[in-house]
Amino acid sequence: MATAPARAKPRAGDVRQPRLGPLGWGRWVWRNLTSMRTALFLLLLLAVAAVPGSVFPQRNIDAGKVTRYLAAHRGSGPWMDRLGFFDVYASPWFSAIYLLLFISLIGCILPRTRVHLRALTSRPPKPPRRLDRLPAHTHIVTAVSAEQALGAARQALRGRPGRLGKSRGRFRVHGHDPATLSAESGYLRETGNLAFHIGLCLVIVGVAIGHLWSWRADVIVPEGSGFSTALGSLDTFSAGPLVNPADLPSFNLNVTKMNVTFEDKVGGSQFGKPRKFLADTTVDTGTGRPHPAQIAVNSPLRIGDAEVFLLGNGYAPVLTVRDAKGAVVYQDATPFLPQDGNYLSTGVVKVTTAAPQELGLDGLFLPTADQNFTRGPTSLFPGLRNPVLVASVWTGNLFPGNAPQSVYTLDTSQMKRLTKPGGAPLLIRLAPGQTVQLPDGRGSISFDRTVRWAGLSVRHTPGKTLTLLAALAAAAGLITSLLVKRRRVFIRVTPDPSAGDKPGAVVTIGALAKGTDPTLTAVVHELADHIARLTSQAPPDRRPR
Amino acid sequence: MNSLTSDLSLGGHATNIGLATTSNNFLYASAVVLLLAMLAFAADLAGHPGRAERAAARREDATEQAAAAGGDGGGTALLERTAAPAAEVPPEKRQWAGIGMSLSWLGALLLGACVVLRAVSVGRPPLGNMYEFSIVGSFFVITAYLIWSLRRDVRSLGIFVVGPTLLTEMLAALVFYTAASQLMPSLKNYWLTIHVTVAILSVAFFTIAFSTTILYFVQKWREDIGDTKYKFMDAVPDSATMDRTTYGLLIIAFPLWTFTLIAGAIWAQIAWGHYWSWDPKEVWTLVIWVVYAAYLHARATAGWSGKKAAYISIAGFVCVLFNFTVVNMFIVGMHSYSGM
Repeated sequence: MATAPARAKPRAGDVRQPRLGPLGWGRWVWRNLTSMRTALFLLLLLAVAAVPGSVFPQRNIDAGKVTRYLAAHRGSGPWMDRLGFFDVYASPWFSAIYLLLFISLIGCILPRTRVHLRALTSRPPKPPRRLDRLPAHTHIVTAVSAEQALGAARQALRGRPGRLGKSRGRFRVHGHDPATLSAESGYLRETGNLAFHIGLCLVIVGVAIGHLWSWRADVIVPEGSGFSTALGSLDTFSAGPLVNPADLPSFNLNVTKMNVTFEDKVGGSQFGKPRKFLADTTVDTGTGRPHPAQIAVNSPLRIGDAEVFLLGNGYAPVLTVRDAKGAVVYQDATPFLPQDGNYLSTGVVKVTTAAPQELGLDGLFLPTADQNFTRGPTSLFPGLRNPVLVASVWTGNLFPGNAPQSVYTLDTSQMKRLTKPGGAPLLIRLAPGQTVQLPDGRGSISFDRTVRWAGLSVRHTPGKTLTLLAALAAAAGLITSLLVKRRRVFIRVTPDPSAGDKPGAVVTIGALAKGTDPTLTAVVHELADHIARLTSQAPPDRRPR
Repeated sequence: MNSLTSDLSLGGHATNIGLATTSNNFLYASAVVLLLAMLAFAADLAGHPGRAERAAARREDATEQAAAAGGDGGGTALLERTAAPAAEVPPEKRQWAGIGMSLSWLGALLLGACVVLRAVSVGRPPLGNMYEFSIVGSFFVITAYLIWSLRRDVRSLGIFVVGPTLLTEMLAALVFYTAASQLMPSLKNYWLTIHVTVAILSVAFFTIAFSTTILYFVQKWREDIGDTKYKFMDAVPDSATMDRTTYGLLIIAFPLWTFTLIAGAIWAQIAWGHYWSWDPKEVWTLVIWVVYAAYLHARATAGWSGKKAAYISIAGFVCVLFNFTVVNMFIVGMHSYSGM
């Protein structure tokens, strides 16, 4: 408003903002959410929000570590837990960011697809009035008529791409009037860009499918035993919300031998590092005739929809517990869980049939024990060189209140630790083949031998093929969009006023590109040279400016 | 942290310790040669102030000589005087830059020998731990620069590329060193070669792009304050060129990083049973990807090019460094292969 009078103070009534109805607000939110600036902000926010998950322990990776962290940080821990710092990738704030990003992505794809489809089916636009105002331009003077010059220009535009033009593609050419040509190339740039963004959306869809329909079962199997998917002999089973457990494939798998080797030739930090994990198994898929199969790290076994992965290994000491009369009350391989790189392992043996009271062992297994225990019970090497079992012995009630408990921990709240005659706590120490007599006529414990166990994971992850193909499509689209240049070239032919009676025409070429294109000027000059060659044999009289 | 030779005395079944030691010596040799290359490049930069004046002076000399030679010819001499100029005078011979380039080639060859011998000594691609990652990475950086130098005159950038290469070599020898040995089972897969090679290659491009971004800031600052004090930096192209160069490097690095992510996910599916488990290294790989994606978006959005975009690319490289050092050495995850 040019004639606005000088005002003293704006009163409340003076400021008249346009009122936004619900539709207006909706449009405003949509516009802002789908703007490039918001997308950029959300991208950076996603990067920042992902970081805590790599710094703090996460429940989905190591729940035990989270428990230990909470125990060590009694003040801040519970608050961080409430804010989702131990489940970052399932927390509301992280989900909010990627969902907003997802919406922003769709809001970017939809209109751009519409615009691009329209561009693909329409002609290049009319040339601007002043071609010399375009970022790249030149003109040449030819000694042919205007019609001939225009024909040559058309031929040059339609000709094979030249040396520089490898990434320029073919021009789509149209003449809006008899004196001009409009040309456009590089539509693939936008196609690739859209493929990239649509690919990213499909990756998220694939991940969502995996979340909803995937399942996994983990099981620890000592050599010589097995598990069945049908009998529910799995240690843990977790499934997405839409999985029907009845649809699981049914098979039996037995581990016959677990082959493991460790580095013992090279010293330093590599000494004791694992070198080979390979499980020899037999699989029975219900035919009644088990067939042999091998599972190794990096080489899962496929059974129907499911894949069986070898993800862990360890030792299971075989113990025999006898009562006072010498009758066997317990004989089994009990898996112990490795705690460090040298397989110092912890485990628990629960003997419910022991008499006169239930018996529990809380033990350490050392595959290569330090002979003198100079630094307490430690293992010096992960291989079986000097296996030793150390355990404290407890009697009493193993399952107080019959509450469910882990097989790897002993609830000693209603148990008493056995003591030596002097009153000191009893600690048994056994090598394979050794037997120890328990005090007070409670029988004996024998350490027969050691077997290995295989940690197997049975998994089914649908949507992973979609995710992979979408990711590859996105990558291909990305490369296309970065390499192909979208260019518009306009050519105008005017009669050469200085030619007099002789035929003569001035050909003006102007070009512009989408984004950065350092070769645009070179492309224009290449076209000019081509037109000059087509119109005469003489070298072109090119004037760059 | 191990000294270079003490661990090697035990011998190994598939590991040739003699070759590994020779490989280490090649690394030392390469570091010494590249140090000399750096000094040569520095001498070249130091000689830059006054190069324009010297060229002008020589042009004058040449023109005078031409005038003297064509003096008898009368009218034609005048013509020559106007037509003869700059093209006739060859550009100043930058001897120090030439020495720097030759030494860089030699250093790269020595480093290549170090990588090859390491590979032969362990009978596998040398991609199993941080030390091997570092030597291959610095080899890629210097090679990419040398290939670039065949197409463009990038001698002025030499010190800014050879410097980081040398630094990486020294870190590899002194901090990251890991005795030559075999791989743990989870790494024994052909995806190791694909995933890690592409990762190293993209890190090499990220590194060079980081150097050019820093140069962008320096040149931008000099242009903004009209600097005349650090004239030797005139040898380096202006900020707009550095900005374009950074973009050119990052549009190579970003797709490579995308493939690192994809190849890593494929391998994780085979080795760990799931293609994505939010392992710290996976998280940081994604963070880096997201930051550089933001850079590309910033470039495409008006008002975010130049300095703002350059800040994002710096942030991206900080993440790359964090991913390679802190995540490898201090954060426990399934990618704990640093060998340290």
